[in-house]
Amino acid sequence: MFQKSIPELARGLREGEFSSEELTRGFLDRIGRFDEKLNCVITLTDSAALEAARVADARLKNGDATLLTGIPFLHKDIFCTDGVRTSCGSRMLDNFAAPYDATVTVRLQDAGAVMLGKTNMDEFAMGSSNETSFYGPVKNPWDLQCVPGGSSGGSAAAVAARLAPLATGTDTGGSIRQPAALCGVTGIKPTYGRVSRYGMIAFASSLDQAGPFAASAQDAACMLEVMAGFDPRDSTSIDQPVDAYAGMLDADLSGLTIGLPKEYFGAGLDAGVGAAVQAAIEAYKKLGAQVKEISLPNTSLAVPAYYVVAPAECSSNLSRMDGVRFGYRCEEPKDLEDLYVRSRGEGFGDEVKRRILVGTYALSAGYYDAYYLKAQQVRRLIRDDFVQAFREVDIIMGPTTPGPAFRLGERCDDPVTMYLSDIYTIAVNLAGLPGMSIPAGMVDGLPVGLQLIGDYFAEGRLLNAAHRYQQVTDWHTRLPPGFE
Amino acid sequence: MEWEVVIGLEIHAQLATRSKIFSAASTAYGAEPNTQACAVDLGLPGVLPVLNGRVVRMAAKFGLATHSSVARRSVFARKNYFYPDLPKGYQISQFELPIVHDGYLDIDMPDGETRRIGITRAHLEEDAGKSLHEDFQGETGIDLNRAGTPLLEIVSEPDMRSAAEAVAYMKKIHALVRYLEICDGNMQEGSFRCDANVSVRPKGQEAFGTRAEIKNINSFRFVERAINYEVERQIEVIEGGGEVVQETRLYDADRDETRSMRSKEEANDYRYFPDPDLLPVELDQAFIDEVEKELPELPDAKRERFMQDFGLSRSDATALTGSRELADYFEQTVAAAGGEGKLCANWVMGEVAGVLNKEGREISASPVSPELLGGMLQRINDGTISGKIAKQVFEAMWNGEGSADDIIEKKGLRQITDSGAIEKIIREVLDASPKQIEQYRAGQEKLLGFFVGQVMKATQGKANPGEVNKLLKKMLAD
Repeated sequence: MFQKSIPELARGLREGEFSSEELTRGFLDRIGRFDEKLNCVITLTDSAALEAARVADARLKNGDATLLTGIPFLHKDIFCTDGVRTSCGSRMLDNFAAPYDATVTVRLQDAGAVMLGKTNMDEFAMGSSNETSFYGPVKNPWDLQCVPGGSSGGSAAAVAARLAPLATGTDTGGSIRQPAALCGVTGIKPTYGRVSRYGMIAFASSLDQAGPFAASAQDAACMLEVMAGFDPRDSTSIDQPVDAYAGMLDADLSGLTIGLPKEYFGAGLDAGVGAAVQAAIEAYKKLGAQVKEISLPNTSLAVPAYYVVAPAECSSNLSRMDGVRFGYRCEEPKDLEDLYVRSRGEGFGDEVKRRILVGTYALSAGYYDAYYLKAQQVRRLIRDDFVQAFREVDIIMGPTTPGPAFRLGERCDDPVTMYLSDIYTIAVNLAGLPGMSIPAGMVDGLPVGLQLIGDYFAEGRLLNAAHRYQQVTDWHTRLPPGFE
Repeated sequence: MEWEVVIGLEIHAQLATRSKIFSAASTAYGAEPNTQACAVDLGLPGVLPVLNGRVVRMAAKFGLATHSSVARRSVFARKNYFYPDLPKGYQISQFELPIVHDGYLDIDMPDGETRRIGITRAHLEEDAGKSLHEDFQGETGIDLNRAGTPLLEIVSEPDMRSAAEAVAYMKKIHALVRYLEICDGNMQEGSFRCDANVSVRPKGQEAFGTRAEIKNINSFRFVERAINYEVERQIEVIEGGGEVVQETRLYDADRDETRSMRSKEEANDYRYFPDPDLLPVELDQAFIDEVEKELPELPDAKRERFMQDFGLSRSDATALTGSRELADYFEQTVAAAGGEGKLCANWVMGEVAGVLNKEGREISASPVSPELLGGMLQRINDGTISGKIAKQVFEAMWNGEGSADDIIEKKGLRQITDSGAIEKIIREVLDASPKQIEQYRAGQEKLLGFFVGQVMKATQGKANPGEVNKLLKKMLAD
C-alpha cells in the first residue's frame, strides 16, 4: 500500500479498497517502525491524524472528496499549524504552538489531506544537511551515515523511506531540490509567488517558496495543484489561475528544446553524477527532445549574491524572536538588554547566528551599497541570463547538486564547502524561477538528482517533462534497502 | 551676539482609517490593551503585511494639497531596531522612495507676512505599540493596540525661524489634514504630534548650527514652549563656551524643559532595506487624477473665495477658514441668512466663537445651528429685531428655546417700526420731560441721546433706533 501512487491511493479510497483511517494507520506504523533511525519527525500528530482520517472517510462516503481527501502527508515544521508546535527546527520556537494555520496548511486541510506530523529541518531552514536542527540531524535512508540534505531534510527522507506518500517543503536556495536529489525523491520549487508564504516562517522573504515532495512527478503535481494559488494575505503571491498540472503530464516531448548550461558541467562536478545526468539527457533525446548547449555567464556570482541577500533578509526576519511575546526566554533576565542577548544567544544555534551576523553587517550603514545593493544588481544579471536562455530553450537541465549525499559531520566546520552544495540551485531562487529535482541514477548506492529549470509559471511543463522521463525509467520507484 | 533660530518639523499624522496599515485589526482608540492586535500586529512567526489601499489615497491627497510630487513608485522599507513595543523588531516605513516629496505650504504670520515652508517629504509608516511603565510594579506592560496604526510622517525643510512660525506651520498642517479628512487631528489621543529639529546660528551665518531633535510633542502650546526653551538652552551653551551636541531630547511639560534622551553615538543604525514582503507602490496618472478630483476646496482657495464673495477682510477670511468645520458653519449660516456675509462673519467670530470658547466646545457641538443663526440674522436684516435684541434672542436659542421667530414671538421682541406707535411713545416721553426740551432747544443738542434712551427704555429696546432718531429730531424741532 505504501508504494502506491496518489491516483492509486485516491482510487482505492473511493472504491472502498481501504479507508483513510487504515491508510493513515499504515503510514503511522511505518513512522513508528523507521523514524527512530531517521529522525524525520519532530512532532507526531497521530491522534489528530486519525481524527482527520475519519472525517475524510465521511467525506469520501458523501462524495464531496477531492483527489487528496484521506491521503496522509507530513508537513515541514516551518508551516504554522494551529495549536500544534511549530518549531522551525529551533530551540527558539520549541515551545511555540502557533495560534493560526498557514495558508498552505489550510489548503491541504480543506482538500482533506491528513497531516501525520511535522518534519525535521535545518534550524529556520538555514542549512544544506539538516545538521543545524535543534532536534538533531536527519539520516539519509540510503545510507544512515549520510546527510539527507537540507533544509527540508526530514520531508525528503520521509518520502524516500515512504513514511508518508507526500510531504511539504520550502526552498530558499535549494532546500527542496537538494534534499530531493540526495534522498532520491521528486521535489519541485514553484515560481516565486505561486504558493502563498502566509504562515510559513520566513527565512529570506524574497527567495522563500513552498513546494511538494513526492515519489513521482505525477504525485507532486497532485499536491502542487492544491498548494498553489493566489492568497490575498501574501502581497507577493500572484493572482493568476493555477494550471491543472496533473492533466498536463502526458504531453508529448517531441520538439522540446533542452538547454544545458555549460557552467553546470564544469569543475567541481562529481564524475558519477555528471555521467548519470548525461544518461538522463540521452533518455530525453529518445523521448524526442532536442538538446542545446547554453551559457548562464553569471552563474559563479549566484552563491556570493545569495549569501548577502539571504542573510540580510534573515537578520531582519528573525528579529521578532526576541523572547518578549513568544518562544524561548532566558531564565531570570536582569534587564531588557540581558533578556534580548541571552534569549537570542541561547535560543539560536550557530548557523543561524552566523547568518544574522553576516546579514546585519551587510545592511549596516556604509556597507549597504557595497553588499546588499550590489547583490541585488547581481541578482538582476542572473535573472537576465535566464530570460535570455529561455528565448532559445524550453527547459534547462543539469545536475541538482555537485555530488551525492555527503557524510554526517563532514562539512559542519566548513561553511563555505557546505554553501557550495547549493551551487546549482541558488540561481533559480535569485531569479524566482520554478525548479525541480527528480531521481536520475545512483552513484555508489546513493541517489543522483536531475535538475529541471523552467520559465516563469512553467511548472506544468516541468512536471510533464519529469513525468515522461519517469514513464521510461524506474529510479523514482526504488526504495532504500531496509525500508520495505 | 544676535542669534538666528532654525527649525524643521517632523509631523506624525495618524491616518483616519478603520483598519490598520498592514492588517485588518481595528484602529479605534481606547480599547482594552491588546484587544485590537491580530497575529500580524503581534508579529507572530509567519505572518505577512498587506497594504491598506486607503492610506495610499490619503497620502496622495496630502501630496496634491501641498504642491508636492506624488511618487509614481514608492517603496516600503524596514527600519530595524529592538524594542519591546516594536513586535517585529523592525518598523515598516518608507526610506529612499517616499510616496510624497518636494512640496510647500504658505503660512500667514500675525504681522501679515506670508512665509513659504518647504515640505521635504511625507512618507507612510506603521506606528509602534505602547510600553506601560505604571501599574506593573517594576515590570513593563506592552499594549500593542496601536501597533500598525497608519501614520503619515510629514517632514519639513528647516525653513522656520521662530517658535511662532513653527506653531503657525503646524496649525496649518493640522487644519489641512482635517480639511482633507485624512486625520482626525486629535492631539490628546496622539493622532497628531511632532518632533522638532532645533538649532541656532549667529545671524548672517549660512551654515546650520548643530541641531537637537525634540521628540513627541503633542500640543501647539508645548511646541512653542519646547522650542523656546531649547533655543535658550542652546544659546546659553554656546555663549558659555560650550558646544551643542547632536542628540535626541524629550520635552517635559511639567517642568517646562527638554532633557537628553540619547546622543548621536548611542543612535541606532537602522539598517534600512526594502521590505521584501511588500511590493513597491506604483501609481498611474489616472489614479492621481482621480484623487485630484476628490480634493475638497483647500484653506487658501477658500480664503480667497470668502474675501471675493463675501467682502471679508483677509484676517477674517483666514480666521474663518482655519478649520473646515468653522468654514462650513459660516457658509451654511450665510446660506440660511440669505447673504450678508459680513454680518454672518461678525456673529460667527463674535458671539458664537465667544460662547463656544467660554464653554470649551467645538463648533460641531454648537447648540445653535447655522440654520438657527441664519434665521435670526434674517430678522436683523429685515428690521424685525435690532442687533441688541438679537443678542437676547441668540442667548435664548443657545439655551434651546427654539428658533429666532419662536423666541421673538413668545417674548414679544418684535421691533416697533410703526411710526405712529413710536410717535405716541415719543410724545409721552417729551410730555414727561419739559425741562430737558427747554435745554435742548436752548442748544444742548447732545440731550438727543437722553431722549433716545428714554424711548428705548419705554419700549424695552424694541423701537427701531433709526426711526426713533428721525422722529425725535422732527418732533423736537416742531
